[in-house]
Amino acid sequence: MRTVALVEPAARHRTSSDTGGVNIEPIIAPVLTVGASFRRWAFGLSLVVGWAIFAWTWQLSHGLGVTGLGRPIYWGLYITNFVFFIGVSHAGTLISAILRIVQAEWRRPITRMAEVITVLVLFFGVGNVLLDLGRPDRALNVILHPQFRSPLLWDVSSISVYLTASTFYLFLPLIPDIAILRDRTTGWRHTLYARLALGWRGTPQQKHRLERAIGVMAIVVIPIAVSVHTVVSWVFGMTIQPMWHSSIFGPYFVVGAIFSGIAAIITAMVIVRKVYSLEEYLTPVHFGNLGKLLLVMACLWLYFTFAEHLTAWYAQEPNEIAVFNAKLFGKFAPLFWTMFVTCFVVPFAILCNPRTRTIKGTLIASISVNIGMWLERFTIVVPSLSNPRAPLHTFLYIPSWVEWSLMAGCFAAFALLYMGFTKLFPIISIWELQEESPVSSFQFPVSSSQVPVHKGPVPSGAYSLGTGPLYGDR
Amino acid sequence: MPRWGLVIDLDRCTGCQACVVACKHENNVPLSTSAVAAAGRLMTWMQLVPVEMPGRAAPTALPLMCQHCDRPPCADVCPTGATYLNPEGIVAQIYPRCIGCRYCTNACPYGVKLFNWTAPEWPESMAGMQNPDVSLRPTGVVEKCTFCHHRLMQAREQVAAEGRELAAEDYVPACVQTCPAEAMSFGDLDDPHSEVASLASSPRAFRWMEELGTKPKVVYLREGE
Repeated sequence: MRTVALVEPAARHRTSSDTGGVNIEPIIAPVLTVGASFRRWAFGLSLVVGWAIFAWTWQLSHGLGVTGLGRPIYWGLYITNFVFFIGVSHAGTLISAILRIVQAEWRRPITRMAEVITVLVLFFGVGNVLLDLGRPDRALNVILHPQFRSPLLWDVSSISVYLTASTFYLFLPLIPDIAILRDRTTGWRHTLYARLALGWRGTPQQKHRLERAIGVMAIVVIPIAVSVHTVVSWVFGMTIQPMWHSSIFGPYFVVGAIFSGIAAIITAMVIVRKVYSLEEYLTPVHFGNLGKLLLVMACLWLYFTFAEHLTAWYAQEPNEIAVFNAKLFGKFAPLFWTMFVTCFVVPFAILCNPRTRTIKGTLIASISVNIGMWLERFTIVVPSLSNPRAPLHTFLYIPSWVEWSLMAGCFAAFALLYMGFTKLFPIISIWELQEESPVSSFQFPVSSSQVPVHKGPVPSGAYSLGTGPLYGDR
Repeated sequence: MPRWGLVIDLDRCTGCQACVVACKHENNVPLSTSAVAAAGRLMTWMQLVPVEMPGRAAPTALPLMCQHCDRPPCADVCPTGATYLNPEGIVAQIYPRCIGCRYCTNACPYGVKLFNWTAPEWPESMAGMQNPDVSLRPTGVVEKCTFCHHRLMQAREQVAAEGRELAAEDYVPACVQTCPAEAMSFGDLDDPHSEVASLASSPRAFRWMEELGTKPKVVYLREGE
């Protein structure tokens, strides 16, 4: 049982080892201990990654002939994964940065989880482009002989900026937590944390600087994040190919990215909460709020999808309508309608009802959205290529074992790296929980029907969140 | 500076595909089996595709190769400048620079850019029969019709050695040279006295998908009634 202490504003500046009223042990414990279940999962995921590395070497030695691709379907699973992963990467920055800027206090336990997704998943976005190259050995030509009229170069530029900015944005709020770990560890961990803590002592001056830096980064990463997925959409939108050449692709992709990003955060939150028993910090409030956000994005997604397809259908331009028909009624119809159900019907039905907007409900909705958004990327990339303007021989693209293996490997490697991160750094930002101000600027409305505990006096420990005053005194 | 262009008279074309064979042989384009073609891996810089023409009951067999656009969508999107419009209007491909991203193949509305999915192979009986003037393309790069650019290089050397100007007959791509129906003509579109320039201004002349603004330099002459 934990005691909830009110933190006086005057007592807010303390040293890094001071726990300041927040019980930080459940957050730190999983970082410093490695259990049997972790080892089992790590081993299983490593097997998948190992298999993918074998598939990759197979592809490197045999060329892209080992994929199911051909003329005119030159892009398939890898580019779908590229767009999907870059989309998911919007989870961290946008959610965390926006919530930070509007000072939504409930964000505190979830920002880090989101930011880690961003940084890690970006590597797999970029990685899938490299997997897709016929000559990965010449990838550096993009830097040695850049041709800036190509949207791919715009991608290279904005993704590198995004990766840099979001790494900083992840690292800055980590510093005080690394210092906490530095003060509690010995051996290689201590050396590592001491290096990374950059001499953090938690002095008022350091705190002021850190908060300023985080504040600046939170603002900077937002336009960068928006630019990244806009530019990814322009890879398709800038061509004159039917159903790719669309001016709403920029915002459509950004909306889809935020949509799949939120779904990814919720999924990660549920897993981390369960595995590391962080029920105390990740409460139904968080899932309820993110669930509402997911609901809004589902509606936005429907609006964009409707606008995009109605325009194509109404004009009946022969080349566009060929792609449209293949998507909605032809050979891609099963994928398209599954996408529609998983991206809209399922999340909408679950999330618009407060009774089903539970942790389990938001998890089901999120998994559904992630499947649906992957299918959306696939049904954007492949149907257009399958119905080219020129009357060429086309075929039904079925990804090969190599492509599926590499996709599985990407997801497994992502999970593995995420797990690895939780063993090195606290997955919940400790100092930000401690900093939570008692005179809260917390404005985000939380439906009381969702969390009945809030109505009465708070039973100690039954429902509390890091610092009691914020959630307990409502 | 010449602006090389090709005119194909569809009224004369018999669809015999001699141009297709000549192109394959001239440019070391590997042979394909029907299974390879069904998987979308057919290598051919030149191909006859059925295109519906206004006023015609049956589709017309259109000899299709790189259209050497004056506004090539493929060159716009290439991240490394491996494909570009050269000063003489030929859309060129630098094989050693190509990273194989296949963005150009997807941006091209004509579908005439081809990717080397596997290493090129020839039957044993054709060993050593490759054209030494044309480089073999490695796995993983994009290739396409170059208007037999190597022939232009040779012609330039020839006329320089002979100390004269380049004449129309000095530089002719393999397909044009081979066409038994004399349906194809090649030359400088900017030279008002050239055969291609006068044919290109014929009322029968059209450029395929010219509504896309790609400004192709392959001109087709419509079939008569």
